[in-house]
Amino acid sequence: MSEPLRGVIVSHAAVAQALLAAVTVITGVRDALVPVSNDGCDTGALAERLTQAIDNKPAVLFVDLPGGSCLTSSVRLARSKTDVAVVTGVNLAMLLDFVFHRDLSPADAARRAAEAGSRAIRTPAA
Amino acid sequence: MSIALYRLDDRLIHGQVVVGWGKPLNVGFIVLVDDAVRSSAWEQELYRMGVPTEIEVVFASTEEARQHLADWERDPRVGILVAGDVDTLAALTANSHGVSRVNVGGVHHRPGRSERLRYVYLSDAEAAQLRKLAARGVQVTAQDVPTAVPVPLEDFT
Repeated sequence: MSEPLRGVIVSHAAVAQALLAAVTVITGVRDALVPVSNDGCDTGALAERLTQAIDNKPAVLFVDLPGGSCLTSSVRLARSKTDVAVVTGVNLAMLLDFVFHRDLSPADAARRAAEAGSRAIRTPAA
Repeated sequence: MSIALYRLDDRLIHGQVVVGWGKPLNVGFIVLVDDAVRSSAWEQELYRMGVPTEIEVVFASTEEARQHLADWERDPRVGILVAGDVDTLAALTANSHGVSRVNVGGVHHRPGRSERLRYVYLSDAEAAQLRKLAARGVQVTAQDVPTAVPVPLEDFT
């Protein structure tokens, strides 16, 4: 069986680290996700951080916003690789789903994560 | 109105530009001046993704920006012009229409640059180039977001 997918959370400030901590507390899974912050990075430095985080493995990049430096660097990198997919609007729900479905292709895992994340956005009656 | 902010920012269009400055200024258009992005359709699409549909995004090469600067300055909407490097802004200030002020918003670390502010790293040559702009009458300050205090050029070069 091939190696499970790696998830890389790409965010402003410490959002990625905080999401990783929450996933670990909830699931106990520690080896599925890598946090990357864009703090202090221009596009080149962020690309280096992402390259190190992916480590030449199949991966899904979970980006915080559908625009901005995290997204542009992530998509640039994904375009140069066949086994890296990108999802925007990362939230805890999509990460919790992802860590238990890492045997999919990067593209399928990204689609599944996007659906799981979207389902978590609701407006419950107060 | 006109271009309210001439910004030096190597992340080009991102959250601080669109939300941090764009909201309080109520901008109607953003001009991204970058020769590489100007010639890349997919990169333009990426930068557009981060901008609300009611804000127009204009992609321009340095030369196109020099030609259209006066038009943008006459635009009734409020605009932001962003460039990723000192050379590009220097080329625009050389235009006869002139750029009277430059906001240094984000220049990040890379080899050859040293830290001047938390969000500004400059090589000696880049610092000298900014001082040269100031000597030509351009007001150069550093300020990442509108709520921060502007830092005069002489305090970070």
